[in-house]
Amino acid sequence: MSAVATRSRPRTGLLLLLVSLVVSVAAYAMVGLGLRAGVPGNVVVYGLTLGGAYLLAWGAVRWTAPGADPVLLPIAAMLGGLGLAMIYRLLPVDIADAQVLWLLIGLAAFVLTLLLVRDDRRLDAYTYTIGLLGLLLLLLPVVPGVGYSINGARLWARIGPLSFQPAEFGKILIVIFLASYLSAKRELLEAGIGRLGLPRAKDLGPLLLAWSASLAVLFLERDLGASLLFFGVFVVMIWVASGRVGYLIVGGVLFAAGALIGYLAISHVQARVAYWLHALEPANVNDFGYGQLAQSWFALASGGLVGTGLGRGSPDLIPFPASDFILSAFGEELGMLGTAAILLLFVGLIGRGLRIALDRNDAFGRLLATGLTMTIALQTFTIAAGVTRLIPLTGVPLPLVSYGGSSRVATFIMIGLLVRISAGPWEPRRGGAG
Amino acid sequence: MEQRIRRLGIAIVALFALVFAQLAYVQVFAADDIKNHPANFSRQLIAEYDIERGKILTADGMILARSVPAPEGSRYRFVRRYPQGDLFGYVTGYYSRIYGRTALERSMNDYLSGEAPELAISTFTDLFLGREKRGGSVIVTIDPALQQAARDALVPNEGAVVAIDPRTGDILALHATPGFDPNLLSSGTDAQIRDAWRQLNDDPEKPLLGLSHQELFLPGSSFKIVTASAALEDGFGPDSVWPNPHRLQLPLTNEELQNFGDDHCNGGSSQITLAEAFEESCNVTFAEIGLELGAEKMAAQAREYGLCATFPPERTTCEEQLIRFDLGFANGRFPEPAYFERNDPLLAFSAIGLDNDLVNPLSMALIASAVANDGVLMRPRIVTQVRDAQGRVAREVAPERFGDAISAASARALTDMMIAVVNEGTGFRAQLPGIQVAGKTGTATNGEGRPPNAWFTAFAPAGSQPAPEIAVSVIVLDGGDLGSEATGGQVAAPIAASVIQAYLR
Repeated sequence: MSAVATRSRPRTGLLLLLVSLVVSVAAYAMVGLGLRAGVPGNVVVYGLTLGGAYLLAWGAVRWTAPGADPVLLPIAAMLGGLGLAMIYRLLPVDIADAQVLWLLIGLAAFVLTLLLVRDDRRLDAYTYTIGLLGLLLLLLPVVPGVGYSINGARLWARIGPLSFQPAEFGKILIVIFLASYLSAKRELLEAGIGRLGLPRAKDLGPLLLAWSASLAVLFLERDLGASLLFFGVFVVMIWVASGRVGYLIVGGVLFAAGALIGYLAISHVQARVAYWLHALEPANVNDFGYGQLAQSWFALASGGLVGTGLGRGSPDLIPFPASDFILSAFGEELGMLGTAAILLLFVGLIGRGLRIALDRNDAFGRLLATGLTMTIALQTFTIAAGVTRLIPLTGVPLPLVSYGGSSRVATFIMIGLLVRISAGPWEPRRGGAG
Repeated sequence: MEQRIRRLGIAIVALFALVFAQLAYVQVFAADDIKNHPANFSRQLIAEYDIERGKILTADGMILARSVPAPEGSRYRFVRRYPQGDLFGYVTGYYSRIYGRTALERSMNDYLSGEAPELAISTFTDLFLGREKRGGSVIVTIDPALQQAARDALVPNEGAVVAIDPRTGDILALHATPGFDPNLLSSGTDAQIRDAWRQLNDDPEKPLLGLSHQELFLPGSSFKIVTASAALEDGFGPDSVWPNPHRLQLPLTNEELQNFGDDHCNGGSSQITLAEAFEESCNVTFAEIGLELGAEKMAAQAREYGLCATFPPERTTCEEQLIRFDLGFANGRFPEPAYFERNDPLLAFSAIGLDNDLVNPLSMALIASAVANDGVLMRPRIVTQVRDAQGRVAREVAPERFGDAISAASARALTDMMIAVVNEGTGFRAQLPGIQVAGKTGTATNGEGRPPNAWFTAFAPAGSQPAPEIAVSVIVLDGGDLGSEATGGQVAAPIAASVIQAYLR
């Protein structure tokens, strides 16, 4: 990168961050206008709080990661700010206030990631420790006395007063582990059989292991979303690492087999397919599972091209509008243009993530950036395609936007890692600002 | 690895493109179909409450229903208000976001909501001038002073009053106890509306059903108007005579039919004329008349008065709504001829308004209005006009003939007989100074151990040059304040008289 570009980047970042701040605060003010016919009294405090937090995060990037990608943080900040405005629109004020706190904690986690991970390559040194830790977190909700279920999925862990979804953090560690493991075993994995390059039987081990782990998550935790995400990211990463299309083919076959097993064995999965296919049949209207998809469609349809305006629609008719269905809420009040804009922000985020991967020269950095980006991309697609009834609904949060603390903090950690990967190592004693 | 990351990027963009395509389908291309899906009632309701619904007004401008901006924090923009409380509940009906619509709110919904084609010009004008779409207003025939008079006259009794202009079929008053306040079901929180609904439905008096036109009762002797009509139309006259036994031995049984109080009619004379029997409300004579005329003629006459045919117990409801009415109407009923083939003596009871004869004050008022209108029965009319939001007349509702119930000559003869009832007979309590009232009493048994329902059906002014201007039917449930001692002449006739007086004064 040229010196000019390096100098202009922080300013670009600051400018974009300012845009994000303006959009976030404007959305908050519009919610107040639409809902209560007045700008909320605390809009200045709200703006100062978000502005201060955004500025601190930008300062941390400037200090600890000079030359980092300038777009990631502003996009994340804008998505987070839009999500908060919608959460204020949909939920009682005290609950929404707590989500502001989670956004601040997320930004703090982002800063902390930059401070702690001064050089992402050091993560490569603890391949199995990190992998084991990730697996542990993934399976923590199954541990009696620690894990518990909400809405049928066993995703939660409670340690002391703290209750969170460990899988959200576990998946980051798993991605680091995979990047580390796959970059080390690349040469071995590259060997294939035949023109399609099917993996050799002895190289199928990792794939089968990942497949079994995914099914374990599905059967033990009833967490379809994490299971799909975990396996999907794994298959993509092993393909990117090895270059063998065979892994995609075998991965696809295993995915189909897993989906079939899940469908046949778990009524919850069968129900999801039924909801998807028959959401709008009159007989099903009062059934919750069908009804929530129908309400999602009704919300989207009543939003039309330009939407009703923030606070002026009725997205509260959708069950759980602030978590799984927040995109439909946006669809009603900001229209197709609004939903498309939000999805384009994600496309931008994903594009930058892959760009960061391409800009790296080492396999670990590339795979790590690809894996983190893929995690966000797959999660976004799963929920966006789910609430629009393109595919059966799998309840995962829309990253950074949906209600929920664990997902928000975990996504900010991933963004922090991507920023670190884009900036390269930081040596505070020599290159720091102070 | 570079190439694969690029391909991955393309694959992700392709996946998102699918989501964009789906969004375009749901939000734009198929949006209207999805919005109109029947399961989308909540949002459709919100859209419905987003426009200012038209008013329901009387001819002199009294507001019976209007939409006002909803209080802050409501999901809906407008809320429906009924400024007159429970006085016009059965006329306007309610407009509830949870329980739907009834009465005019239901039948006139297309006009009130602005959807009717007649209102398209107005809607277009508003659109063109950048104003919001508004519904049309409905003008009703009810005379608010008479409605209040009807309510006052009924106190303290339970029952109903219906008053009609015989020349047009216009409903002048339609009142029933206990009444209900449509505000309870139309405004307030969902919880309040549900609570009110539960209370109204748990109430044994069934306040949501108007006794005046939605419930059915035995007419008792009031029905002798119909039996007398059938006799007159069959060629008998007021002076035609029938044997006058103390009791009537019914054919094929050991049963005897008695007069009210087991009296012997006409002072125990051996013969009695139709006019005498009508004035005295002699059961024995009218049972004889019914049996002599036969089921065919009786049923045909009932039908000409707007009563539809039933076949109890297999079919107790009508196969057709003979008389359409904008408030929803339980059409009066009379069994079809085949019913009597199984049990001939029942015709004797049917001829005196018992067994399976079923009516309500609206059906009886319609029958009286036909007699008053030279035998021509007009359909009941409650809406005269619809005006658009700019005040222009968008629709006129003309009076409509139902048909000729009896000939003009029969109507004149029957009128004289009904005048005699008031001037010299059982209906003397309906006499009014300066106003000739024609009427017929009725006292109908009401099940074991309960006091009878008292009826009076009348019209005025009768028998002189100006045509009758008002026909009234009154029912007082369970004998009213006289209980088991009550008769139609004692309890119901004075109420009908005070309503007539209030209107003609």
